[in-house]
Amino acid sequence: MNPRDVLLTTEKLDVRIGGIQVCNNLDLAIHEQNCWGILGANGVGKTTLLHTLAGLKSVHSGRILLGDTTLSQLPRKSLARKLGVLFQGEQSGFPATLLETVLGGRHPHLGRLGWETPNDLELAMHALQQVGLKGMEGRPIATLSGGEQRRMDIATLLLQMPGIALLDEPSNHLDPGQQIGMLEILHTEFTQPGRCAVMVLHDINLALRFCDHLLLLQGNGDWLAGATDMIATEDNLSRLYDYPMRRIDDGSGYCVLPD
Amino acid sequence: MHPLRQGARKLLILGLVAACSLILSLFIGSAEIPVTRVIHLLWDHDGSAQYQIIHQLRLPRTLSAFAVGASLGLAGALMQVLLRNPLGDPYVLGVSGGAATAVLLAMLLGLPIAWHAPVAFAGALFSMILVFLLAQRDNWNTARLLLTGIVVAAGWSALISFVLSLSPPVRLPGMLFWLMGDLSNALSPALPLWALLIGLLVALTMAPDLNLAVRGELRAAALGVSMGKLRILVYLLASLLTAAAVTVAGAVGFVGLVSPHLVRLLAGSDHRILLPGAALLGGSLLLLADTAARTLVSPMQLPVGVLTAIIGVPVFLILLNSQYRGRS
Repeated sequence: MNPRDVLLTTEKLDVRIGGIQVCNNLDLAIHEQNCWGILGANGVGKTTLLHTLAGLKSVHSGRILLGDTTLSQLPRKSLARKLGVLFQGEQSGFPATLLETVLGGRHPHLGRLGWETPNDLELAMHALQQVGLKGMEGRPIATLSGGEQRRMDIATLLLQMPGIALLDEPSNHLDPGQQIGMLEILHTEFTQPGRCAVMVLHDINLALRFCDHLLLLQGNGDWLAGATDMIATEDNLSRLYDYPMRRIDDGSGYCVLPD
Repeated sequence: MHPLRQGARKLLILGLVAACSLILSLFIGSAEIPVTRVIHLLWDHDGSAQYQIIHQLRLPRTLSAFAVGASLGLAGALMQVLLRNPLGDPYVLGVSGGAATAVLLAMLLGLPIAWHAPVAFAGALFSMILVFLLAQRDNWNTARLLLTGIVVAAGWSALISFVLSLSPPVRLPGMLFWLMGDLSNALSPALPLWALLIGLLVALTMAPDLNLAVRGELRAAALGVSMGKLRILVYLLASLLTAAAVTVAGAVGFVGLVSPHLVRLLAGSDHRILLPGAALLGGSLLLLADTAARTLVSPMQLPVGVLTAIIGVPVFLILLNSQYRGRS
């Protein structure tokens, strides 16, 4: 097997927010076709780390490399062609339709005046179909449910077509069926050659199901990273959440539950 | 269907409204000139008195009114994005207050009328730079920018009251007309027209970025918008347009607030449609108001700012209400 390219690297990364040390000396190499999960208790700074990896927050020390370019040296628009973010929370703003909003994902690929071509429209319709929102293009976004807005954001990201997807709780607001459905779409899309995904998750079992690597943030700057099977031990997870966790094996797979 | 196509059609309608307002404004006046003759006279110099009326009085004033209204509509649309607040209007950050204070001082000191425009522009620029420097220090935090602007505007309004209370009664009507907005001295439309044209072209190149900017700082940045640069550009553009407008016509209220909202109700909030739409509608609104202002109680003239609100308020309320009825 050919060695896979490294898409995203952190070197001695030190991220802080408020008085919290999110990570200290974090060295990660995220290869193409990898799907990383970031786990940690509430408030340890998972979202902050994700935003830092997206270049939306400055690092305290250390650096982030995209391929072999330092992240902070890339202009925003070309960065947006390489790296996309799925944000938590509803999007605010002025009234807009579902289609207009999703088409925003094409922005990094369009010229100065942002004229969408029929091809862009076709891509948008395809993305809407993938997330099951086809037929609702004209709906004002204010009338969408939480789950529909989540899927709209996912469609926007699919349309953006970045190599690296940073996903902040992609399963939020979705019912169990949709959670699996959407994560499967994202996983299929971003584990293709030349692409990778990093997702913050609260549900350990979704992480076990979709992520081949895990990063555990302890909350004091300490971290633990590696292949999911090695990292997701009862000991590690119990320490992570400061609560006893039990790993239940049924031969074909396993899940982790609070004791 | 391409989402822009529907918007473009509505834009065409707004263009027609603007054209009708222009003709109406040229046609209506104390000297009766038939419409066909008005249109004929626009191109054909026959040396008649009617030609003089059209070319030296009505046309300059009409074009000034349109340019001022359009600049305010455009500036309002930009300000609403910058502040991410639907209450944004061109005056909220104090540009007009700076201009008003300067021009009222000039009037109090009895400076000649020719000085009023440059003095007003200088006052507007001063206020703009003051708010810019304060906002810059705080990294353009939206809430702080809004508060800074509002407080600066409040400062100007205190100074305006101070100047008004010092002024001899004979000067007060002129000052009040300026404060309400008045186009009776606006007979050189070149400056505001150029400001509008350049402003609109620059604004249109930013329109796709603005569409994303309203979604929030981080979302826009993640989709490739350099928010820092964009905010500075939007602030400067909106302020300069406002400065040009108040220099010509004083502080005409309401057009800048209401035009972008009306266009949103009519044609959606894609800024590629919204920005030219707000300009066209702002121009039309001010033109119609000014036509009414100079004819309603002719030969007396009303300050146009009174009429923008009298026309604008019911139109806006009716549209807003029908929108809600359509939704429920």
